Amino acid sequence: MSYSGFRVIKEALTGHRGWGPAWRDAAPKEHYDYIIIGGGGHGLATAYYLAKIYKQARIAVLERGWIGGGNVGRNTTIIRSNYLLDGNEPFYEFSLKLWEGLEQDLNYNAMVSQRGILNLVHTDAQRDAFLRRGNGMILNGADAEYLTTEQIKARYPFLNTENARFPIKGGLAQHRGGTVRHDAVAWGYARGADRLGVDIIQNCNVTGMRIENGKILGVETSRGYIGATKVASCVAGSSSQVMNMAGMRLPIESHVLQAFVSEGLKPLIPGVITFGAGHFYCSQSDKGGLVFGGDIDGYNSYAQRGNLPVIEDVCEGGMAIFPNLGRARLLRSWGGIMDMSMDGSPIIDRTHIDGLYFNGGWCYGGFKATPASGYVYAHLLATDTPHPTATAYRFDRFATGNMIDEKGMGNQPNLH
Amino acid sequence: MIINHPILGPRDAAEFVYKGDAALINRPDWQAADALDQFIEYGYLRDNPAGTHRELWFHEQGDRSWLVVTRDTVTHEITNVELARDVARKEGRSK
Repeated sequence: MSYSGFRVIKEALTGHRGWGPAWRDAAPKEHYDYIIIGGGGHGLATAYYLAKIYKQARIAVLERGWIGGGNVGRNTTIIRSNYLLDGNEPFYEFSLKLWEGLEQDLNYNAMVSQRGILNLVHTDAQRDAFLRRGNGMILNGADAEYLTTEQIKARYPFLNTENARFPIKGGLAQHRGGTVRHDAVAWGYARGADRLGVDIIQNCNVTGMRIENGKILGVETSRGYIGATKVASCVAGSSSQVMNMAGMRLPIESHVLQAFVSEGLKPLIPGVITFGAGHFYCSQSDKGGLVFGGDIDGYNSYAQRGNLPVIEDVCEGGMAIFPNLGRARLLRSWGGIMDMSMDGSPIIDRTHIDGLYFNGGWCYGGFKATPASGYVYAHLLATDTPHPTATAYRFDRFATGNMIDEKGMGNQPNLH
Repeated sequence: MIINHPILGPRDAAEFVYKGDAALINRPDWQAADALDQFIEYGYLRDNPAGTHRELWFHEQGDRSWLVVTRDTVTHEITNVELARDVARKEGRSK
């Protein structure tokens, strides 16, 4: 069933009795050509592009919980392509272009809103770094504009530009950045993949991998053994757990990142704004809640909940630039488990086991990458060669010294 | 989280800086024949378990001691706290 304005009117007049489920509740078959472990945004996008662009069939997505219950429903919904390095920027710009055409492609309203993102600058050194980043973006075909304090004041009069300690000296804007309704991304890709024949199997926990003579044969699950020619892991915070079933250790630590929503307010913040002195990013959802977040808690965790010191730290960052935030009440906070890689960049690569593939290490920047991550992972699965925008995301880059370290901070799993 | 410091008693985890898996105490021998491989593993690869995890916490806002904390990464429950110095000496380091 295609969705359209006509359809909405027709259903409204007939009591909304014609809407069916957006995707089938598939039962596992004995064997698939492709098994994708993890029914999050990236896994569903992989299945969708694998079927649609690369014309593959007999694909299953195995999800431990339910569609939309993992990190794809736990993020702060920001999309952008404001990266510096050549290994990253073409990939993220590819992703932003896919976001721009996503709703038409999926026939699904994902509420893609290019309301712009602004990274604030508070020191001269930071200005230089952001100008360099902006130039890197432009060289790779993305849009970037450096705004002066006056321009920022005119656009965002509520910002505290005169803060004695962190005056706002300017900012790097990407006007094509913005926000997307995160659940709708999962649902849209799930529906799109399902319509192309992909089996989406929920409540199916992978408990083991069957590997013989260096080749993967299938996976053991809570719903029985399922054979597969190719198995693709795509499980974010659980990456180390899943790949441990194949005897692999990863350059990843799992950390908890918290996010927050205020009570619903009238329109206040017209885009995404990030604080450059502390770590704080904020946008306003269409329901009116201010959606914001900051740093990870900083210790290994699989608990999907964090602790109070980080909540205090994030809110302090918010108060430093939005003094009016103090009048709003915090409605909810929650945590998601991030697969923090050692250089802050992801891995999309084959493994030493024939037929086993890995996509992970997204740190806390995975949401914006969803379409491109799925696209390039599908490319890798179908062709066994990396997509041109994802050639740097290799496992061996840590050993060969080709890390993609946006901030130049060395190997530590607390970057993004 | 409250970390029961062996010398100072219960302290807020916010006083500490997390420094990763306690296995990092065992820095490889740089003169070993396979030192390069060992250092790649040491620098980049992690067990990252869901469950009991022994990890280093540095008391930066306190007495600046290093601790080995045994903590469950699923529940955040802390079951044991030792001075990293004692752990390292027990394992034959720092002689």
